[in-house]
Amino acid sequence: FRIMAGKVKWVTDIEKSVLINNFEKRGWIQVAENEDWNFYWMSVQTIRNVFSVETGYRLSDDQIVNHFPNHYELTRKDLMVKNIKRYRKELEKEGSPLAEKDENGKYIYLDFVPVTFMLPADYNLFVEEFRKNPSSTWIMKPCGKAQGKGIFLINKLSQIKKWSRDSKTSSFVSQSSKEAYVISLYINNPLLIGGKKFDLRLYVLVSTYRPLRCYMYKLGFCRFCTVKYTPSTSELDNMFVHLTNVAIQKHGDDYNHIHGGKWTVSNLRLYLESTRGKEVTNKLFDEIHWIIVQSLKAVAPVMNNDKHCFECYGYDIIIDDKLKPWLIEVNASPSLTSSTANDRILKYNLINDTLNIAVPNGEIPDCKWNKSPPKEVLGNYEVLYDEEMAQSDGTERDPRGRPGQSTGVKGSRARDSGKPVLTTWK
Amino acid sequence: AMLDPERGLSLTIARVVQRLQGSSLHSQLERQARVSLHKPEIRLESLKEDIKDFLKTSGWEKKLQNAVYSELNVFPSPCHPAAPPEHIKEPLAYMRKAQGSWEKRILRSLNSMCTELNIPLAQKRPENEQKELLNKWNEMGTDEPDLSLFRPVYAPKDFLEVLMNLRNPNYENGEQPSFRNHLGLIQVPLKVKDIPELKEGFSELGLNIGQLGIDDSAQVPPEFFENEHVRVGQKVLAEQDSAAAQQYVRQGCPTALRADLWALILNISNQPEDILYYEQLKSNVIQHDLLVDSLIYKDVKLTASNDDYYFVFEDYLYQVLLCFSRDTSVLEHFSYSSATPPKSYIQGKLGMEEYAVFYPPNGMNFNYNSFILSVAPLCFLYHEPSKLYQIFREMYVRFFFRLHSISSHPSGIVSLCLLFETLLQTHLPQLFYHLREIGAQPLRISFKWMVRAFSGYLATDQLLLLWDRILGYNSLEILAVLAAAVFAFRAVNLMEVTSLAAAEAVLADLSTLKVMPLLQIFLFATVA
Repeated sequence: FRIMAGKVKWVTDIEKSVLINNFEKRGWIQVAENEDWNFYWMSVQTIRNVFSVETGYRLSDDQIVNHFPNHYELTRKDLMVKNIKRYRKELEKEGSPLAEKDENGKYIYLDFVPVTFMLPADYNLFVEEFRKNPSSTWIMKPCGKAQGKGIFLINKLSQIKKWSRDSKTSSFVSQSSKEAYVISLYINNPLLIGGKKFDLRLYVLVSTYRPLRCYMYKLGFCRFCTVKYTPSTSELDNMFVHLTNVAIQKHGDDYNHIHGGKWTVSNLRLYLESTRGKEVTNKLFDEIHWIIVQSLKAVAPVMNNDKHCFECYGYDIIIDDKLKPWLIEVNASPSLTSSTANDRILKYNLINDTLNIAVPNGEIPDCKWNKSPPKEVLGNYEVLYDEEMAQSDGTERDPRGRPGQSTGVKGSRARDSGKPVLTTWK
Repeated sequence: AMLDPERGLSLTIARVVQRLQGSSLHSQLERQARVSLHKPEIRLESLKEDIKDFLKTSGWEKKLQNAVYSELNVFPSPCHPAAPPEHIKEPLAYMRKAQGSWEKRILRSLNSMCTELNIPLAQKRPENEQKELLNKWNEMGTDEPDLSLFRPVYAPKDFLEVLMNLRNPNYENGEQPSFRNHLGLIQVPLKVKDIPELKEGFSELGLNIGQLGIDDSAQVPPEFFENEHVRVGQKVLAEQDSAAAQQYVRQGCPTALRADLWALILNISNQPEDILYYEQLKSNVIQHDLLVDSLIYKDVKLTASNDDYYFVFEDYLYQVLLCFSRDTSVLEHFSYSSATPPKSYIQGKLGMEEYAVFYPPNGMNFNYNSFILSVAPLCFLYHEPSKLYQIFREMYVRFFFRLHSISSHPSGIVSLCLLFETLLQTHLPQLFYHLREIGAQPLRISFKWMVRAFSGYLATDQLLLLWDRILGYNSLEILAVLAAAVFAFRAVNLMEVTSLAAAEAVLADLSTLKVMPLLQIFLFATVA
């Protein structure tokens, strides 16, 4: 009993080997949910229960969980957009240079989410926007689902008739969050490589929202569509062309089980530097870091910054052919399933590095710690933004202050601090 | 009789002039000269001088220089004027003979596959098929034809067997085999460089000279080397000087400049007529179906589609290779290659020269695996199909063809194998002896790396740094040096293995290697 006393007791309701292997390698002890536990890697249903009014319970100081109670402010598509819009308006109201707009009324620095409306609530606003560009394509996504489920594309108003509030025929879609949809302008000019469309999956760890401290995993990857991209309208129904979720791609005829259609971010960088040049590539990656930080800042004021919590998000980003990155969505439970051997190694290392930061020294946690891990434990993470350090440096007010600079990482090469080194992670 | 230098120079000049005469550069120069007559600075009294000056200041002289430089790089120096053309292809008779037998063997294999499958070597495509192919030109990767009956024409190990059996009939090695003799697989007495000669040849890779691949890592402040090197690279590009570019890339290319630098060294400018030529090749592909197309298709599926880096470019690979197999301009390189393109005859006209055609049109009949792996890395640099095509073709006829034919050339695969074995035996004798004892002759493992110029084994950025040096030194010898350096790097683990399979396992994954430090240490920091 004495010997066990010092070991972290863990629980999970997600049966994935990349998790369990990491717990076991630290010599942690598996316990049941109703026992005394120190670390619980939970699904989003469970976090809802833990913090719900009816079924919830107080966590003690030596208990850590892997979600923030109201993570959905960031991870639900409609709430993310709502929070970003609110954030932008606030900045505009206080006259911040970040909220500057161009001659067309578009935000110069904060236009990183494709135009989005909630349905059915904003139906009329959507129609107005749609009519400005009747040949545009829009993507309909159910608010509460993941893995590409329930998504479809439309290019005619008639296709979404049933979300119209005025529609006589509509069996009026209930306000329950399960049936609400967001409709976003579809990015029909994605950057193509080898003629194929892809999106970026980046992992971001947040240890605290106030002050904001977040880390970016250097080993993100690109997910390619297996079928050649074509913007032609006849292909709108072919989800294999348009959606890059691995869950959907896996069922396409061309899906290749050996490589799973993924590239490392460093490969992407090599390709872009070689074919487009270094400046535009650096600018692209700086912008990607920027939009991640801004999205976190947008939700920070409304987040329940419970000290028992940390969270590892999966950010999905699409790059268009002008090399502008767009934030598509943020996932609270990025998939821990591995589609290939390399994938398994990546996710194993991801969890490993995450645990090293969230549970210092692998010892029984104390949620009151200052959440400032030493540089050596970061592993493949690098500091994306540290609000405390930014404020002490006095760079907080700098309108285009690059996320990396405020942390002083790598000194004179601050510009590169977000840049993954060219070499492969394999 | 040895050719005296004077004679050699005038022969070279004559050859270069002959090659450039009638080329598009020639007509462009003529046109430029004519156009310049309207310019005020051209005076009738000093016409010749003025035109020459004009060509210099307008950059045309530089273009001519680059073209001459390119010719000198590609074609071997002339031998005695009385030497027959075969000597330019390959001076040693026994090598020519071996290459000839090897070619016959490949052809037999191809012909028997043809007969077995009852497929003609070439046939015209029906209209509807042509239309279909044109429509899916950009996504041939989505096709799933039945290729199970097609076998590769040969495997790398077959080729290695042939090289192992090469013997010089004039060479009598009277000595008893002993530890001092050559214990490797290659048993022909070609001259290869030793480490002091390599150090001299690759002097720019020395320890106190900045390198990309070493001195640009995240820990090194860019002011020390990287920034200046980039600046010099931009200047070289602005000057459009091939020779300067070739010298420059010995220290590595900055990623953003690499595509342009390689094009400059290879003298590829993607003129309208080049684009037109590519389009013509494309239409040849659409109109005619060749048996080798299926072999290409199969090999791309097997190789690139499963590669972590190259799968994205699968469709480009089909486009480039299908066009390549129909490109008769490639036949030119056979004048300095030991290989000879196989001839085929129109049905029913066997032996009648006027009905002879080269098959496939470019004369290549090899295992496409290696081709594929030489195109794929280029897709990281060039995304315009005709430019990608030209760069690949030029890389092939300058360098990579030597990896697939039997010759005595210092960059030929035979010499590379011998260089590798000699380096290993001389500088890591214990390791060499140990591996030989356990039945793991080192060449059996490193052969596939060299024959593919390490493509598919190294991480892409490392491969490109290696190929920078191939271009910079106009030689493939660096492949053998790297192969030896890899063995040296993993020597400790290799000393402990007791089987070929275990040795293969130690050397299975090269994807984390950094090539420049390995090369530098092997050449300059190892006690001889």
